Amino acid sequence: MSKSFFVDTTVCTACRGCQVACKQWHDLPAETTQNRGSYQNPEDLSFDTYKLVRMKEREIGGKLQWLFFPEQCRHCLEPPCRDTAGQPEAIYTDSATGAVLYTANTRGLNVKEIIEACPYNIPRASQDGTLAKCDMCVDRVKNGLQPACVKTCPTGAMNFGDREAMLAMAKKRLKEVQAKYPKASLLDPEDVRVVYLTAFDPALYHEFAVASGYASGITRQVALRKMAAPLTRWIRALG
Amino acid sequence: MTNHWIDIKNSDCILICGSNAAENHPISFKYVTEARKKGATLISVDPRFTRTSAKADIFAQIRSGTDIAFLGGMIKYILDNRLYNKAYVAAYTNAPFIVGKDFSFKKGLFSGYDKTTRKYDKKTWAFELDEKGVPKMDRSLKHPRCVFQLLKKHYSRYTPDKVSRITGIAVKDLKRIYKAYGATGAPGKAGTIMYAMGWTQHTVGTQNIRTMAIIQLLLGNMGVSGGGVNALRGESNVQGSTDHCLLWHIWPGYLKTPRASNGSLDAYNKKYTPKSNDPLSANWWRNYPKYSVSLLKSFFGEAATAANDFGYNWLPKVDDGVPYSWLDLFDAMYKGQIKGFFAWGQNPACSGSNAGKVRQALKNLDWLVNVNLFDNETGSFWKGPGMDPAQIKTEVFMLPACVSVEKEGSITNSGRWMQWRYQGPKPMGNSRPDGDIIMDLFQRIRALYQDGGAFPEPIRNLKWDYLTDGKYDPHKVAKEINGYFLKDVTVKGKAFKKGTLVPSFTYLQADGSTSSGNWLYCNSYTEKGNMAARRSKRDAVNGIGLFPKFAWCWPVNRRIIYNRASVDLKGEPWDKNHWVIRWTGSKWIGDVPDGGWPPLGSLEKPDPKSKWAFIMRKHGHAQIFGPGRAEGPFPEHYEPLECPVEKNLMNPQRVNPVAAIFEGRADTFATCDPRYPYVGTTYRVSEHWQTGLMTRTQPWLLELQPQVFVEMSEELAKLKGIKNGERVLAKSARGSLECTAIVTKRIKPLNIAGTVVHEVGFPYHYGWRWPESGKEDSANLLTPSAGDANTRIPETKAFMVNIVKI
Repeated sequence: MSKSFFVDTTVCTACRGCQVACKQWHDLPAETTQNRGSYQNPEDLSFDTYKLVRMKEREIGGKLQWLFFPEQCRHCLEPPCRDTAGQPEAIYTDSATGAVLYTANTRGLNVKEIIEACPYNIPRASQDGTLAKCDMCVDRVKNGLQPACVKTCPTGAMNFGDREAMLAMAKKRLKEVQAKYPKASLLDPEDVRVVYLTAFDPALYHEFAVASGYASGITRQVALRKMAAPLTRWIRALG
Repeated sequence: MTNHWIDIKNSDCILICGSNAAENHPISFKYVTEARKKGATLISVDPRFTRTSAKADIFAQIRSGTDIAFLGGMIKYILDNRLYNKAYVAAYTNAPFIVGKDFSFKKGLFSGYDKTTRKYDKKTWAFELDEKGVPKMDRSLKHPRCVFQLLKKHYSRYTPDKVSRITGIAVKDLKRIYKAYGATGAPGKAGTIMYAMGWTQHTVGTQNIRTMAIIQLLLGNMGVSGGGVNALRGESNVQGSTDHCLLWHIWPGYLKTPRASNGSLDAYNKKYTPKSNDPLSANWWRNYPKYSVSLLKSFFGEAATAANDFGYNWLPKVDDGVPYSWLDLFDAMYKGQIKGFFAWGQNPACSGSNAGKVRQALKNLDWLVNVNLFDNETGSFWKGPGMDPAQIKTEVFMLPACVSVEKEGSITNSGRWMQWRYQGPKPMGNSRPDGDIIMDLFQRIRALYQDGGAFPEPIRNLKWDYLTDGKYDPHKVAKEINGYFLKDVTVKGKAFKKGTLVPSFTYLQADGSTSSGNWLYCNSYTEKGNMAARRSKRDAVNGIGLFPKFAWCWPVNRRIIYNRASVDLKGEPWDKNHWVIRWTGSKWIGDVPDGGWPPLGSLEKPDPKSKWAFIMRKHGHAQIFGPGRAEGPFPEHYEPLECPVEKNLMNPQRVNPVAAIFEGRADTFATCDPRYPYVGTTYRVSEHWQTGLMTRTQPWLLELQPQVFVEMSEELAKLKGIKNGERVLAKSARGSLECTAIVTKRIKPLNIAGTVVHEVGFPYHYGWRWPESGKEDSANLLTPSAGDANTRIPETKAFMVNIVKI
């Protein structure tokens, strides 16, 4: 059964338990950070930071809002990064869960191309060119556990389960939230496995909250890559 | 908490003021969120817009230190608009009591004030008694000197306009909050308050809580599900340590520490056992001698006999009228009057208000024993900023303690739940459980007293038989806390064998036949087993989330205290959906009732077998009028010791006339001083804990909040030419702190009586020892050592500072 997350930002308190739990489960090192005049830290995702709660102060309709967006890979149903790479030994979709997984073989990929292919600006490279991002805690999930970020969430902002159940939960919650916030919406629910609910225009939360900013030119590039993929593999096999 | 964490989900309106639950009690938001999903209104009142405010339906920014004005305005609104539960107020509170003729309140002072001693003679605050010695009452609440009428008169001055000018909250926002919260006065509705140090750490801390208690009583919110007065405790076990007498003025179970003038056990018991002449008052503290004698028996065992007052005079007495609180101890240390100090599980060099004074005080010690998980700014004070190690003679010993999960024992959470925890990993290196360290220390001290020494009796006679195979045994201590029958006895027709555990405190005796280390915990570890270790997930019959067989809660597993007030005079719950207890006609069902007596029936002809609802009060009624507090029976707004206004708009007394003020060289204060023009406050963030000893050393958490900061409005930053993210210097009359500026929309300049007042805030978690840069220090270098008149908690939540560019 394929899996999905439902992330209800309307109840997220930005306690950032998810951010730390992610580092703990994946045994990722802490980054040396500075206070840049914001609670949000680190500033961005990185090879060592797969999950980041983005925090934005916005005045909306004369009322101050502090918007929290616990960002992570969306595990697209048709992931452009995978298709751009065209190398299942580097980027593949796990058939059991739907998780989009990166391996150490990402090191040989064109980093810039893969990152640009992602409509949500998620993958990050190490200095040697290996790519990393959220892996859905697929090792936990396959052993009957919830992803670390979901397990630690105190308010129910982070939810995880079978895709149908998550979509049903998301739609039900959207209706409740819309009573108070008419502009509430689910972000790209048909395309991704990490479905966010926001109370306001998603662009207010984060530049890449939805895929709408995604340039259409990439699609052509992906198509070309797909066509070229068997050839590339053949050449590599020879080499 | 009078209620408990899960019960927050049953609330209709949640006021979060004086705390920042989303950030500092993140798990509580599970239940806040649940309540909100069911339609509850969430109100956040805070000096800045926090992560709690981000989820609130209503937010108001308040000037630090003006909560009594804000809440006093709410009392007036509730009274003016008749939003109170009149039946509840008349039956269960002391609103009908008649106060004596000589009581008065003039120019900010209650009757009986003595300017020279800065103390009140509380004689004139007493109730009028009838010929039997029972308070006179007017249940119609009309008598001009009844508490209800005095309350109306007292708060008539707290108009929205005046409250707005003091607090900085706009009148329309005040009214919106008052209306939303006041709506919980309707029977069946419940409002709750979640508060923490933001209310207690003021020179008027106790009265902040009193004001809210009055509101909760007026609205009938005490004893009901989704209501109560709920203190969110700052450590997992701070409730437990308070129950077991962490503080100087109490013995375990909130018994009184004896004074020098309490010369014998009899005199002590007489002094602290209240007497009521009202047959309908349970006056539970009438049992005081049973609890004090059982406690002495648990201390001294066989050596405690009736002939020697059960060892009463082996215990230290405090001098009458002399306080021994944190502030007083460090003041004495600063003056060189204390020579040795165990800093056990604490970091006063960072946590103490006016931390610069604390650090200087440590220099006067001959020895300091630091018992902690890691070295900290206290143990290493001698090499801290501004210290010359060559000039410091204090000898420091470090005893490494293991962390809580490495040992077995109990913690008691904010909701009074005693929860047993098993040992996880074994202690690391040579670290040991606190219990082992204390036992070892005690045995070595006792060995030194075997051949004499001054006053050896208390040391030699201490029972402390808590070892199993040479190690501290938490089960033995837990059983001792519960208590034993020390003889074969028959109590209430039941026979008990010597050496068996006492089933509940109703069986404790004052004749030495029982022991109990803490009467409130009697019932926690019985012949049926360790109640705190229970883990049943079955709810009680009322289905409101009591989970009575999950852990254990004091007293006698009563999950919501004062629950006799959750029902009307017939025993029918005010709230039919979230009922706590209910009278079936022959017994109570639901939660453990506050006593099994039948309901009152009526006020005109109460059932003689019944009791008034508030059984812990001498007269059986909750105190809207509280004649026991140091600064008066009604809370009154006084400004913080350091404040931005020349005058208190509410009365001519600027500050609490009985506040604890210290006047040493290190205790300077600045009010309306152009050198310190901005209101400062301190707080916590989610990412660090306490002085940060367990979090600043943790890279993942330091990554999230790497540096001490000061939050300020965009307007103040512009005024001072400060850019977001740059380092600045904060200064108070006592010290300075380098920190990073967070310039934010979440703080706005306040309009205080027509003047612009800026407020800034600092997290207090940092210290020079970590992070390794050594540049992040404690915000308590800025805070004053002035305290609340009752508890002497320091006023770290409202003081004056300046912010300058570096």
